[in-house]
Amino acid sequence: MEKLTGRSKVVSNKKLSFWESIYLPAIIGGMFITIKHFFGKKVTINVPEQTRKRSDVYRGMHVLKRDDEGRERCTACGLCALSCPAEAITMVAAERKPGEEHLYREEKYATIYEINMLRCIFCGDCEEACPKEAIFLTDRLVESEYKRKNFVYGKDLLVEPVEKDKRIDVSKRQTPEVLEFKKNKKFTHNK
Amino acid sequence: MDFNIYDFTSFTTWVHNALTSSMSPGWAMFVELAIVGVVFIAFYAVIGLYLVYAERKVCALIQNRKGPNRVGPFGLLQTIADLFKLLMKELIYIKNADKFLFNLAPFIVIIASFMAIAALPFAKGLHAIDLNIGIFYLFAVSSLGVIGILLAGWSSNSKYSLIGAIRSGAQVVSYELSVGLALLSIVIFSGSMQLSTIVESQANGWWIIKGHIPAIISFLIFLVASTAETNRGPFDLAEAESELTAGFHTEYSGIKFAFFFLAEYMNMFIVAAIAATVFLGGWMPFHIPGLDGMNHVMDYIPPFVWFMGKTAFIIFIMMWFKWTFPRLRIDQLLKLEWKYLLPLNLMNIVLIAFIVLMGWYIK
Repeated sequence: MEKLTGRSKVVSNKKLSFWESIYLPAIIGGMFITIKHFFGKKVTINVPEQTRKRSDVYRGMHVLKRDDEGRERCTACGLCALSCPAEAITMVAAERKPGEEHLYREEKYATIYEINMLRCIFCGDCEEACPKEAIFLTDRLVESEYKRKNFVYGKDLLVEPVEKDKRIDVSKRQTPEVLEFKKNKKFTHNK
Repeated sequence: MDFNIYDFTSFTTWVHNALTSSMSPGWAMFVELAIVGVVFIAFYAVIGLYLVYAERKVCALIQNRKGPNRVGPFGLLQTIADLFKLLMKELIYIKNADKFLFNLAPFIVIIASFMAIAALPFAKGLHAIDLNIGIFYLFAVSSLGVIGILLAGWSSNSKYSLIGAIRSGAQVVSYELSVGLALLSIVIFSGSMQLSTIVESQANGWWIIKGHIPAIISFLIFLVASTAETNRGPFDLAEAESELTAGFHTEYSGIKFAFFFLAEYMNMFIVAAIAATVFLGGWMPFHIPGLDGMNHVMDYIPPFVWFMGKTAFIIFIMMWFKWTFPRLRIDQLLKLEWKYLLPLNLMNIVLIAFIVLMGWYIK
């Protein structure tokens, strides 16, 4: 029969030579290999003290961004919750009162914004859906907890700090199109 | 040669005299037994736990990992934490198990390994009992454990346990021959079965050096056969995690499982200690004839340290061996013993008898 590919190999079942059949050289060779690994470099990384560098576009724990003046970008439109395939996001919207303009960017904001990190599958759909560039996934990890309820992250954990030096840098995950969009002053929320 | 600074004979006789002077001989005997018992139980627990730690560490290092390193410095308290976990776990009883034998089996296994420690000479004058048939005793006692394993397998009323126990029985009975014959070679060399005499006979050089080629062959056979006799990898068919879940101790939990586990590691310690005593000179320091300066320095290292060091070395080889090779099949295992090791061993015995007869070894 004609062969379909030229890749098949004839298996050799040749008898072992005397030297091979006493196995001792192979045994000593095997033990030499393991002792080499014994003194070799270890691959373990001591998480959490040590961390491995993750990709800039790693999809880890979320962040709720603030704008340059420290105001929350989120307007509680609910598109992230709608797009979430795992239904991990819930929020309660509220109206901005006079005198709170330095806190919230738009007239509407989220008083409660919760992501259940046990439900979240880190797909990044919320990031895609957000029209205000308020939510991003970051290269941070969700740390382990002893209680399930502690995995429901509220605004205290999700919103980035006001201080400029403590902001979470997400510039590397933004595509050129997004950056171009942000420069476009035609859209009011980029002013 | 002067070992007086580390001679424990005077110390033990002093304890004995102090006890007999203050109480009747019967009570003195009882107190001595109690002291020895307490010391050995403590020794057993510490050595057993730290062998488990050593095994995990060696395994991890060979597999490019770090091993236990969280509980205590370098993870040294890890196995103690594990022990407390095992103590607090529930003891599960199987409905159709033979309750009496099921409960008895772990004790037989642990007592068998406990009895063997008694005859080991840790240093000059530091052994619980110095029998004139020490080797014979060790040989007899170390094979008692298999009764416990067979009982555990049978009484659990479980297929895995039974298969594991039967395998273990076949294996231990086969490899005992090689262990015994390998030890017999040194009995021929030293002309005694008393462990203290065997150690004394190695004052001018260890048997593995003095007995050259046949002694080295016996040593290698002993290492392989004793690894198999203690059911350790690559001969761990009795447990065979991948096929028999855990073999004979599948149905055990909590502290009874811990008994099997500790006994397994203590058996490893015991065979390593026998190998160190018989082939590597026990507590005798390493001496090179002629180099008196070095010999004196070696004498200052306590014999207990020598003994434990040699034992640790052999334990390391056994662990290294375990984590290098895959498990044998049962037919390969039995073929190795009956078709290769046993004939080789018998020929080696004849060779040794001839060498001793002609005086072709270093006296």
